Amino acid sequence: MYARNVERFTDLAIAAFMWTFRMSVVAIVVIGSAATLTQGRFPFDIWLRLVVDGLTLGSIYALIALGYTMVYGILRMINFAHGEIFMAGAMGGYFTAITLSGMGLLNANPLLSLVSVGIMMLVAAAVSVTIALLVERLAYRPLRNAPRLVPLIAAIGASFFIQYTFRGFLGPGIFPYPQVTFLAQDVGLPFVRMRWVEVLVIVAAVIMMAALYAFVMRTKVGTAIRAVSEDKATAALMGINVDRSIVTTFALGAAMAGAAGVLYGLMFRQVFYFTGFIPGIKAFTSAVLGGIGNIPGAMLGGLFLGQVESIGPQLFFTGLGVPVPNQLRDVIAFTMLVMILIFRPSGILGERLARQRA
Amino acid sequence: MLLRRLAAIALLALFVVAACQPGAQPTPGQGTPGTGETPGTGQETPGTGETPGTGETPGTGETPGTGETPGTGETPGTGEIPDDPLGVVEIPAGEPIHIAFWGVISGPDAALGEDSRRGVEIAINDRGELHGREIRLSSQDALCTPEGGATAATALVADQTIVGLIGSTCSAETAGGIGTITDAGFTTISPSNTRPAFTDPEQRGPELDGYLRTAHSDAIQGVVAADFVYNELGITEAATIHMSEAYSEALVGVFEARFQELGGTITGSGATQRGETDMRPLLTDLAAGNPGAIYYPLFTAEFGFVTAQVRDIQGLEETVLLGADAGFSAEAMNASGPNVEGAYLSSPDFTAFGGGYQEFLQKYEESFGSAPIQIFHAHAYDATNILLDAVEQVGVEVDGTLYVGRQALRDAIFATSNFEGITGTLSCDEYGDCSAPVIAIYQITPEIAQDPDANWPPDPFWRPEE
Repeated sequence: MYARNVERFTDLAIAAFMWTFRMSVVAIVVIGSAATLTQGRFPFDIWLRLVVDGLTLGSIYALIALGYTMVYGILRMINFAHGEIFMAGAMGGYFTAITLSGMGLLNANPLLSLVSVGIMMLVAAAVSVTIALLVERLAYRPLRNAPRLVPLIAAIGASFFIQYTFRGFLGPGIFPYPQVTFLAQDVGLPFVRMRWVEVLVIVAAVIMMAALYAFVMRTKVGTAIRAVSEDKATAALMGINVDRSIVTTFALGAAMAGAAGVLYGLMFRQVFYFTGFIPGIKAFTSAVLGGIGNIPGAMLGGLFLGQVESIGPQLFFTGLGVPVPNQLRDVIAFTMLVMILIFRPSGILGERLARQRA
Repeated sequence: MLLRRLAAIALLALFVVAACQPGAQPTPGQGTPGTGETPGTGQETPGTGETPGTGETPGTGETPGTGETPGTGETPGTGEIPDDPLGVVEIPAGEPIHIAFWGVISGPDAALGEDSRRGVEIAINDRGELHGREIRLSSQDALCTPEGGATAATALVADQTIVGLIGSTCSAETAGGIGTITDAGFTTISPSNTRPAFTDPEQRGPELDGYLRTAHSDAIQGVVAADFVYNELGITEAATIHMSEAYSEALVGVFEARFQELGGTITGSGATQRGETDMRPLLTDLAAGNPGAIYYPLFTAEFGFVTAQVRDIQGLEETVLLGADAGFSAEAMNASGPNVEGAYLSSPDFTAFGGGYQEFLQKYEESFGSAPIQIFHAHAYDATNILLDAVEQVGVEVDGTLYVGRQALRDAIFATSNFEGITGTLSCDEYGDCSAPVIAIYQITPEIAQDPDANWPPDPFWRPEE
């Protein structure tokens, strides 16, 4: 009887704590936002600008997140080396850009610039795919039937391995992406200042995500991938080559990450061997936010995280008088991750996936 | 199948070899495994020194570095084994004198540590031999973070063959590691920490007893920057960005205080973090205050991200950009891209350095094939010479074994006065400040913005009036 009472009390205490936590987060968000908006420190065009920032950053997160979510969907493992695969793409893109700029193609005219960017993305995707397939073959496939923690540790090891291999070959220095003059120009939109590179990032990301979704949903290979992620043994019995489906999944995710690496390089204009770490973690967060294993979820999660990161600090904290709101950017991002994990462990779109599976 | 497996293994081996190559750093203790046992015997020596009870040994032990000891040091075999409250480093005959460098030698700020380490190496080469022995240098990577500093410090104090330390490079590393170093009785001289608190009489704590520096304090650098913006450029409204770490936070604090004291307004303070890449929301936030100048003393990568993105923000197209010594490198200019043209940086005034600097530059070029890649090589050179002078002074040779008392060494370094270094005439005060600071403001020319590697460094643009 006593023990049951203690148990009940503990449950109550936890519930009360959770309630307080949830309410205080909601209170900060609501009061902070209201205060900021009434103060009117930021005019409308600044908010629009922040939305654009969030949209571009979110698109890159979303592209990387796809790799996490697809590999999780098919293997039930978190491929922590994915951030490094993204970095490898950015590096590949950098060296292509240097070559193209040496040939005078990069800045010849807008059309050639776009073609060059296309070539960079293709090369970057190729580099990323090569490395992802090597990692899959050497580090993950031998461990496929091992306990679930083993491939996870292998992934962390692979992540360090790739990082320091790049450092060994290329050195610890920073590689500055060459400036593409066309992309740095203003588009000339009425309400918000937007450069062509931002348009490029958003458009390219949308096209790639649409293509990926169509590929997975409409083609035979895509169907095979979905079948393997639902049930490996049954899929094998139906005559599906499981290994090939897994390899294709890795290749697709890596191609997205590699192309995202070029977009990232064009936007932020510097890469080095550690570049993949933070975007990798943020993209993983996006994948969890959207519901890991769910492809539209990863896209949505990425865009959502991008928005929260760029608008959040200003919106929530300026009104509360927090002196340096931008410092709290990661706090917001990861608080949101914690909230999602507590209150909706399956992620934003997780439920639909579960229903589909059932 | 076998062939494929062999090919895979060969590829793997290639990767491993490549990964080990340039970043490979000598791990202390590996070279001289036998000497790792010395701490035990080193601890015993004071005990045996006390037993004779003659009273002379403790007497000389308590007043080290007063100028009497070098006499005995130069005539080997006649000295007494010193008694030292912090322990004695014992270097057997034929073994080198081991000093260690700790600082950032990997990641985006690797140039900062690499440049300082080169200064240390040149000083060691110039010295040749000390007490008839070679000087051995080992390095620990402290990653420019407090955690890295703590890890490096733990590794350093575990190696009792190390006589003295040069480092760290980033103030954050010192904040993380100095307690361990001081507690173990080691003494370190930093060539590039600039956080004011480290040598401030009011803020310096006992954990910094083993810490000195030849770099300038940012209490000076921040004031020069603020004076330049307010008085020289006539800008009265400025915004700042710092990095939530020991160096830039303190420097921005000094700048803001001085700027407001002069009558200026700080329109906004932003902060970023190591590893942050998207500065646009932060800059958009600052743009709302319409600052005439932005002061952002950030490290290489973050300096580059801000500079590359700042002109895209509405309202910041023409804002004056002002960085500090952490961004004063060709590497940071490369990271910034063409936008860096016209930006200002505060940094030590190389033209004010002593006559030996030109000769030093020649040696640097000869040894490493380029002009200095960062700014603290000369400070590192001076720091190393101060350390080696002190070792020369307090080292006592008895029967072929060299003894260096740790407290005696520390006292001798603190007693340094009128040392003729290449950064100026240096005297260490009781708070560990050995610097002779002269700060200038530099402007990035179009040539440097176009091709930083070929045209680095810039010439001083403005100097504070005395």
